Amino acid sequence: MSFLPTQQSIDILICEDNLGDVYIINNVLKNSTASYDLHHVNNGEAAMNYLQKLGDYHDASRPDLILLDLNLPKKHGFEVLQEIKTDPDLKTIPVIVLTSSKSDQDILKSYELFGSCFVTKPFGFEEFSNAMKNIEKFWLNLVQLPPKLTSNS
Amino acid sequence: MNSPTLDPEPIKSPKEILLVEDNPGDVYIVRSSLADSELYHNFYHVRDGEEIMAYLHQTQGYQNVPLPDLILLDLNLPKKNGFEVLREIKADPKLRIIPVIILTSSSSEQDIQRSYELYANSYIVKPSNYFAFFQAIKKLELFWLNLVQLPSQTSLNLS
Repeated sequence: MSFLPTQQSIDILICEDNLGDVYIINNVLKNSTASYDLHHVNNGEAAMNYLQKLGDYHDASRPDLILLDLNLPKKHGFEVLQEIKTDPDLKTIPVIVLTSSKSDQDILKSYELFGSCFVTKPFGFEEFSNAMKNIEKFWLNLVQLPPKLTSNS
Repeated sequence: MNSPTLDPEPIKSPKEILLVEDNPGDVYIVRSSLADSELYHNFYHVRDGEEIMAYLHQTQGYQNVPLPDLILLDLNLPKKNGFEVLREIKADPKLRIIPVIILTSSSSEQDIQRSYELYANSYIVKPSNYFAFFQAIKKLELFWLNLVQLPSQTSLNLS
């Protein structure tokens, strides 16, 4: 057991069923100068199992940041968001809604459910990559994410 | 008269940004950093925690102000501190959709944790260096005004 502070990398959970989109997100973040631990789930049920460390995810690390698609199989992104933001242990984790939707209703509902921000995925590889770089510059280079919780807290 | 070349962009309403800050130096930096921006916005400023609640409830001289699209909130405010303000905003069904970015000199883990517990949309520690502070506001602006979809007045009217 060590009580020395350690340099911990940032865990990011990507909830996304479109593997092309996961490729772009991963491509931008893995080419960053910072190192991140990226995790991926492809449906809403798996997202909740991951966050609650159920089944195959009993060893999962608590993410520091969540990228959440809305249109997910098995459990919709809004349900996932609502469950996260009403769970005392999970609600502090910032959730970036990253979706192809730009409907006013979806934007409004995401903020009502305490999504941290709403980003519409731009069309095109280059544009999406630039959006991800912008997300990285703000959330991973400027923002103070919630402190890492120690396992016994 | 309606030549499309004269108006290639859809007409966007300006983004209304409200800064809640009692330190005039910090107000100057945020204001001037945003003023350099080419992004269409209006800047408003209030100095304490009671004033922002009057502003958001459109009372006490604030009857005609637009509701902000984005709030930049200091924590250490006179009269009512930032946590109380944040709690009131996020408990109000009409106001809670407005993104609140904590912009503070505090880097205490307790303050960060508490802000996220109260549903702050993000938390930024003010850099102590002048140029770094300027850059931070630029990053904030590029993300929140250029990329993010803010809850628009249209969607407020839908609710």
